[in-house]
Amino acid sequence: MIEAYVEGVGLCGPGLQGWESSRTVLAGIRPYLSMPVVVPPSALLPANERRRMVSTVKLTMAVGSEAIFHAGRDAAVTPTVFTSSSGDGDTIHQILEALATPEREVSPTRFHNSVHNAPAGYWSIATRSREPTTALCGYDASFAAGLLDAAAQAKDEGRPVALIAYDLPYPEPLHTVRPVVSSFATALVLNPQATDHSLARLIIALRRTGNEPTPMPDPALEKLRRGNPAARSLPLLAALARHAPETVAVDYRDGKHLMVDVSPIGSQSRGGQAA
Amino acid sequence: MQPLVLSSFSVVSSLGDGLAATLDALHTGKSGLAPCRFETVKLPTYVGEVRGLDDPANIQAAPCRNSRVARRALEQDGFARNVAVAREKYGSDRIGVFVGTSTSGILETELAYRQRNSANGRLPAAFDYAQSHNTFSVAGFVSEYLALDGPAVALSSACATTAKVFGTAARMIASGMCDAAIVGGADSLCLTTLYGFQSLNLLSTAPCRPFDRERDGISIGEGAGFALLEKPAEREVDDAVMLLGVGESNDAYHMSSPHPEGVGARLAMERALASAALAPKDIDYINLHGTATKPGDAAEDIAVTGLFGVETPCSSTKGQTGHTLGAAGIIEAIISGLSIRHGLMPGSPNTQNLDASLRGRYVVDSRPAQIDRVMSNSFGFGGSNCSLILGRAA
Repeated sequence: MIEAYVEGVGLCGPGLQGWESSRTVLAGIRPYLSMPVVVPPSALLPANERRRMVSTVKLTMAVGSEAIFHAGRDAAVTPTVFTSSSGDGDTIHQILEALATPEREVSPTRFHNSVHNAPAGYWSIATRSREPTTALCGYDASFAAGLLDAAAQAKDEGRPVALIAYDLPYPEPLHTVRPVVSSFATALVLNPQATDHSLARLIIALRRTGNEPTPMPDPALEKLRRGNPAARSLPLLAALARHAPETVAVDYRDGKHLMVDVSPIGSQSRGGQAA
Repeated sequence: MQPLVLSSFSVVSSLGDGLAATLDALHTGKSGLAPCRFETVKLPTYVGEVRGLDDPANIQAAPCRNSRVARRALEQDGFARNVAVAREKYGSDRIGVFVGTSTSGILETELAYRQRNSANGRLPAAFDYAQSHNTFSVAGFVSEYLALDGPAVALSSACATTAKVFGTAARMIASGMCDAAIVGGADSLCLTTLYGFQSLNLLSTAPCRPFDRERDGISIGEGAGFALLEKPAEREVDDAVMLLGVGESNDAYHMSSPHPEGVGARLAMERALASAALAPKDIDYINLHGTATKPGDAAEDIAVTGLFGVETPCSSTKGQTGHTLGAAGIIEAIISGLSIRHGLMPGSPNTQNLDASLRGRYVVDSRPAQIDRVMSNSFGFGGSNCSLILGRAA
């Protein structure tokens, strides 16, 4: 079991435009309406840089900076854990197409953008952070694996760690063999200790329960949860949004789940004060 | 950090299969690099290929070349048998799998893209995304092969990947999520890295020459390695190799060029020393990242000499193995383990004329030496840096 305190949340998905504006939807107070994903510009990137950036970087910068700001932390001194099943499918696809031609001319920029840790690299440059960055893949368990790693790192180092989970759809022909529904990213700042910024305490354990993971009550959100590995975070985000004590089972693998006990801290308005 | 023991380890590279073949090559200075004849690649470069992967007997051994390389390593040196003993001791759900790769089984996707259906563009039906292309595939393969079902995840931080697995495993053991861990990983030859590094003008036309004044780039290799990490017994056997420290950092400088003064590299080394509660004078040998690019070796030399001065012997073994990218961290950690266990300072056989502008005490010819503690450096794209300290039980 690992204990961690959530200090800040970032969110960007279809019809989920930032954490604060999505809380009532996730809590089931307002209805969910799926809409095209709009990635807000991150203050971390100057406008001219933003145009050149690949979509994985824009998406992770948006949710990462939202969570860091919400937590009142300094990104330059906060280690990060990035987790994704697919990484940058567009860039990989473009390289694969180039390699299937007789010329095999790979773009050098695409090649360095193709590494799984590219968003972590750009994040470090943008935030001027020399703190450790980890880049993980757990296939459908990518979010749970990242949560476990970030919580363990926060506990081991005794300081906050930012978790950033993201997945984007592949273009064809990879989309057919690995359909990822929509773009989705979320970020959590985890602190091993309770602070004035704590929203909730998490107690995390890996268990084989024989039960299904916690679903989303809304059918469209449940479709999103099943269809995007990063969106396996939705039941946990919904519990944080409801601000009530509960236990959620987040998909791990082979019938195992991360059982997360969520205990809210502070009043309901604390979580919503920036809305 | 609390030291952990590498109670079993295994390795495969172009130097051969297993610890004995690797040790023999380190003694004799044999290189595994040969002119590139991989697949249909036509590039004037050398590669370090693992032999026999495409033999009919091997082709069915795993769903992709990358997992075949991993499997070859798991079969060496009694590794799987030793893990089975640990599984009995701890339980299959108490041993974590923290392994890495940079390009996973992308070779299979490259081949599939050449066979797309001309009418609808689809990939051939035999293409198995989850067990080849996806970055997790090697972690899934290793978990299944070793019959483990504890926490399992793949790391992928380019060429620092399989050094960083030690840090992840140490944190998961320290936090009680598992009692022991499999660390390591695999990387295998593919067109993406060969043509990708070519596009960056980083491939040498000769076998790579780390720290040589004529050095002109890397030679790509492939390989795999694994180690079983456990909490040490009260009294470890005399030749036990321990993980004493891990230091991680990021350059925050550029995606594919190292910081010119090696600021991030030095920070990783400093953090590794702090995590092991050791001083620079306690390190007997540094296994460098040393890929043989002009700026990379120069930056690492500044970082090393800035922290250690000019007396600590150091060398890169990439002239022998090639740069095995995502597998370099674990292969060089195991070479460091062999150095400690067998009293061998590895050399750098292709290095002919040392670059006089580099100040580190670079070891060209391998030689016998008492080595109690080694630092092993791994740096990668995205500015990712990781230094390990391995040593004897205190």
